[in-house]
Amino acid sequence: MSGAGDTGSRNDVRAQAGGTDPLAATAPAAAQDRDNRSRPPSGRPNALARLWRTSALPVLSILFALAIGAILMLISPVVTGKGFQPTLPITAYGALVEGSIGHPGTWFGEGGNFNALANTLVQAAPLILGGLAVGLAFKAGLFNIGVAGQFLMGAFFAAVVGARLAQVDTNFAVPIALLAGALAGAAYGFIPGFLKGRTGAHEVVTTIMLNSIAALILAWALSDLVAATGFSFPRTGDIGNSRLPVLFGRNVHLGVLLAFIAVFVIRFLLNRTTLGFEIRTVGANPNAARYAGIRPLLIVALTMSISGLLGGLAGAVQILGVQGFYAVGISANVGFDAITVALLGRSNPLGIMAAGLLFGAFRAGQGLMQINTNLLVPVEVIDVIQALIILFLAADIIIRRVFRLRAAKGALEGEVRTVTQSWGEQGAR
Amino acid sequence: MDITQIPALFVALLGYIADVLPGSLPQILLNTTPIALGALCGVLCERSGVVNIGIEGIMLMAAFFAYLTGFLLLESLGAVPALALGVVVGILVGVLAGSVHAWLSITVRADQIIAGVFLNVLAVGLTAYLNRLIITPSGRSGAGQLPKFRLPNEIGDIPILGSILEMFLNQGPIAMTVILFVIGLQILLFRSRWGLRTRSVGEHPKAADTVGIDVIRLRYRNVIVGCALAGLAGAFLTVEVNGVFQPGMTNGRGFIALAAVIFGRWTPIGAFLGALLFGAALHLPILVSVRRPEGDLGAIMSSIPTEFYAAVPYVLTIIVLAGVVGRSIPPAAVGIPYEKEARA
Amino acid sequence: MTETPPILEMRGITKRFPGTVANDGIDLDVRSGEVHALLGENGAGKSTLMNILYGLIGPDEGEILVDGQRAVIRDPTDAIRRGIGMVHQHFMLVPVLTVAENVILGQETVGLPGMLDLREAETRIAALADQLGFEIDPRVRIDQLSVGHQQRVEILKALYRGARLLVLDEPTAVLTPQETEEIFGVLRRLKGEGTSIVFISHKLDEVLAIADRVTVIRRGKVVGTRIPAETSERELAELMVGRAVSLVVDRGQSHPGDVVLSVEGLHVKDDRGNESVAGVDLEIRGGEILGIAGVAGNGQDELVEALVGLRKPSTGRVRLAGKDCTGKSTRDMRARDIAYVPGDRHRFGLVLTYPIDDNLILTAYHEAPYARGFLRNDRAIGETAKELIPQFDIRTPSAATRASALSGGNQQKVVVAREFSGVISLLVLDQPTRGLDVGSIEFIHKQVIAKRDAGAAVLLVSAELDEVLELSDRVAVMYRGRLVATYDAEEAERERIGLLMARGEAALQDGAGAPVGVADP
Repeated sequence: MSGAGDTGSRNDVRAQAGGTDPLAATAPAAAQDRDNRSRPPSGRPNALARLWRTSALPVLSILFALAIGAILMLISPVVTGKGFQPTLPITAYGALVEGSIGHPGTWFGEGGNFNALANTLVQAAPLILGGLAVGLAFKAGLFNIGVAGQFLMGAFFAAVVGARLAQVDTNFAVPIALLAGALAGAAYGFIPGFLKGRTGAHEVVTTIMLNSIAALILAWALSDLVAATGFSFPRTGDIGNSRLPVLFGRNVHLGVLLAFIAVFVIRFLLNRTTLGFEIRTVGANPNAARYAGIRPLLIVALTMSISGLLGGLAGAVQILGVQGFYAVGISANVGFDAITVALLGRSNPLGIMAAGLLFGAFRAGQGLMQINTNLLVPVEVIDVIQALIILFLAADIIIRRVFRLRAAKGALEGEVRTVTQSWGEQGAR
Repeated sequence: MDITQIPALFVALLGYIADVLPGSLPQILLNTTPIALGALCGVLCERSGVVNIGIEGIMLMAAFFAYLTGFLLLESLGAVPALALGVVVGILVGVLAGSVHAWLSITVRADQIIAGVFLNVLAVGLTAYLNRLIITPSGRSGAGQLPKFRLPNEIGDIPILGSILEMFLNQGPIAMTVILFVIGLQILLFRSRWGLRTRSVGEHPKAADTVGIDVIRLRYRNVIVGCALAGLAGAFLTVEVNGVFQPGMTNGRGFIALAAVIFGRWTPIGAFLGALLFGAALHLPILVSVRRPEGDLGAIMSSIPTEFYAAVPYVLTIIVLAGVVGRSIPPAAVGIPYEKEARA
Repeated sequence: MTETPPILEMRGITKRFPGTVANDGIDLDVRSGEVHALLGENGAGKSTLMNILYGLIGPDEGEILVDGQRAVIRDPTDAIRRGIGMVHQHFMLVPVLTVAENVILGQETVGLPGMLDLREAETRIAALADQLGFEIDPRVRIDQLSVGHQQRVEILKALYRGARLLVLDEPTAVLTPQETEEIFGVLRRLKGEGTSIVFISHKLDEVLAIADRVTVIRRGKVVGTRIPAETSERELAELMVGRAVSLVVDRGQSHPGDVVLSVEGLHVKDDRGNESVAGVDLEIRGGEILGIAGVAGNGQDELVEALVGLRKPSTGRVRLAGKDCTGKSTRDMRARDIAYVPGDRHRFGLVLTYPIDDNLILTAYHEAPYARGFLRNDRAIGETAKELIPQFDIRTPSAATRASALSGGNQQKVVVAREFSGVISLLVLDQPTRGLDVGSIEFIHKQVIAKRDAGAAVLLVSAELDEVLELSDRVAVMYRGRLVATYDAEEAERERIGLLMARGEAALQDGAGAPVGVADP
């Protein structure tokens, strides 16, 4: 703690650098002090206006990113010598829509075709879970980039346990295999959480390192320990009865339901429980949290464990619901996708659900997009669009300028003190 | 194996290292170079008060565009000029990316880690996208690698000094000059006027502001120059080492660079030593399979799976970050955007 | 009355911020070689005015003349070039750099192109320091220096750049009475050598002691300029605040009961592992206020943290109502009816992004009725807020308003409301009225006395000696981690306390007279 004169202290410098010097009576506040009045708030807007204020930025960020994506699609063929193709974006986005939700006209009636929508839901499930993982960590002021590694861990253990229980009754096999994956993810999330709480090691770097370590160790474990025989490449065995039951359509499996349930569980956790209060308080002001009797180390480790659990569950769901086995290279973009989903959803479980569905739609439709455009628009364009979305969310001033917004709330405002603040606190324990 | 064998094994290990080390030094420097350059970027940025975790993304983009330049200009300019231009392009990519990161961190005052994430995600997507569109369909490959300098063999025979000379001089141009950058930056950071101002801006920007230092401009310049170095690191990967581009080829080196920064306590020379350590760790799996040690030690070392060896740098990074190698404290104002606040 | 123009004239300076006018048509002139004090409450606009002078902010209207010439000051470099130097209230020194590096920053002595010549700089600085009678080694790092010495480095910085007008913003806020005398000596010497000085303060007695003229600012306007010999503390106070002010709160008689808090041989380490509390013994009874005076940084923070459970002592005993509570957590201490108002409300007292109602139950969120098991009870929280807000005069549009939207005084009232509600056996206050307006200060002081009269034992730690002397029934002085003296309120003399604050027991050996107790009998 710094006293009035302790200006040589590090905390004082950081406070001054950040512009919120708690000791100074700044002019506007002083004016209030004199009159003992507070600043008037903006009037309470109705529900629709509130919805717009919170979702304006994400929605516009997506639209603007798609627009730039369209420009990219127009430029690329020209630059690579394939000529100007003005309808390319329309074809591409049209295919994206078709691949993700299909034609509404074909949903009902004879042999209703839900396939596209089903694919979207299936793709969305791990993204929602991953997004919840990242979003929950954000609430505690932590940045969990390790969802990729936690996903792999969950996938691996679910696959291995699932294969072992392949002949066992489904009602046992499925929950146990899922649990195995979730616990593996939780353990893998605990490691960076504990390190952060105990040593200040910033979770951004430790989780990225752990992602690589997971990929390597699991690759070894796969080939040297658990590889099933009779396949041309290293993979785990058949999961048999551990496969998640299909709820409806061709492939909408239990994991989809689990993802939606998780949304409401996390929402309940954050808003209605004391643990949720503790997590949010640690994220908002760790010092005040300590004063309130909360132990930051415990909360950080616990939050990262729950976050890891969600990430592991995502992996488990993907294996047991879709893939059926674990092999090298299954996780693709889950890590970055989860981050984008969490940012789009503004760390709010309902927002994450919506964002997860959106990205599930992207991932479901991207294959058709690539096909329908004869490879002129490779699937990687979605990754570029994703990067742009992150940009617009982080630098909301761009969207504000372009669309002349005022009332919209910023992407990371309020709930969470910026994740970067703890970077300067490493080693200073 | 029982516990009495351990001292003997340890001695054998030391002997093995002493044996293989001189010959591996050039390869180690090859691994070290991109990490060291990335670490210098990290030092510059963080000493000025800006967190940059996008070094990985900058390297990847620079690697790609450097390669692309060589690829496109090979026929019109010939290999070496095309490659040289590739290096220039790589540096320019670094400058451009650095400008974006500087703008996001300093002017927009966005969360600096998310700004870094943006660079990383963009790099992965953009390079894969362009790779798929331009390079893969052509079936061609790039302009190869920059030619290396060769020392006469006699020099290599000088004990110790010869190995060190070989390490630095039996190399392509970028690797050869890395050490100069390191020493130069160390001197400048701690002995020059620019260095004093930079350090003050990273520790207490308000104090610097009140003596008339332009905090914003200094931060911008340092971040851009630092990221130019990261761009050079990326160019190095394709133009001096590999001669080919693969999506994701940076493989976490940008993050290992951050660990080197912390390991080196935010000094250029310390970061370089950290980078050397990681460079050696990266070389370990190859070394063990190519030059297997004798006897029991060899049996043990060969039985460790290559994946474990490959994981060593990452584990080492975590150990460094956890403060096992001692506490190191970052510049006080790092990560906090500077606002010229009106004070009452 | 010479013909030379005043060294500084500020005419009609106006500066507006959203929602307020910080400076409203201010005229100020400073004569050459004069010590001119700017007096006003916190937030009156003094610092804004000087920041405009120093180029940190620009005025909306008005002009500045230096030596009679119109001066446009766009940034500190302009100000420095015109011979204006500023010593800020919160020092602008980089802790990890040396004295020399800090002094030359921005105006570095350069040997080889671009390279620092520190040796030359150190020689020059040492010479300048000698001239001023400072004892400073230019090669020492700032974070190794005492606060008083750091302030001298700030002054050195200004003089090194050739300042002819030196502005000091609340310079004595961080000094002991002794150091204040020393710095006054320095200022007098500088004045003798022709330097003009602007001295910003809210402390009446100091202003009267050092200034040649005093200009009083209230709510952004100049309300009067006086010569100290022709005015009084009372008149200045009235000018400052705008009404007749009683300078002393009526503390009334205390009726101490049983011992509530008993501390024996307490040793506590700080964050760096250095011993910060080096053996403290004290006792506080219910119904009395023990005030601890002392310059910030002598272990008070760590003492307070150890008492409320935020820090574990290394040795010693803390007993509450006879029961051993050493090293217990904040939660346990709170269960024993300890209330704590922390010194830094933005860091420890409030979560600024939370609404007021969450802040009001921040320390009890896990207890009934606010939570049952792990489920929170929003209704109970709302009811408590509805009760406390009017009771503690918290001015806010609603209970759901974020704490960050409140003024400083109201924020502190939220903290006080939270801590003061309910049964209290021990009340620990750390800088309870720092940075607040007079009305809020009065309110909080009255609340503290009310709690005392209700039977609570009160520990008051404050850097404001006046607050300690006003409120406390007994006064102790903390120096270098120990309580070097304890007095009853009637025996406490400002000057002796100041000596003890500055020099610890060494002051006692001067034969200051009256008996001194280290622990209360």
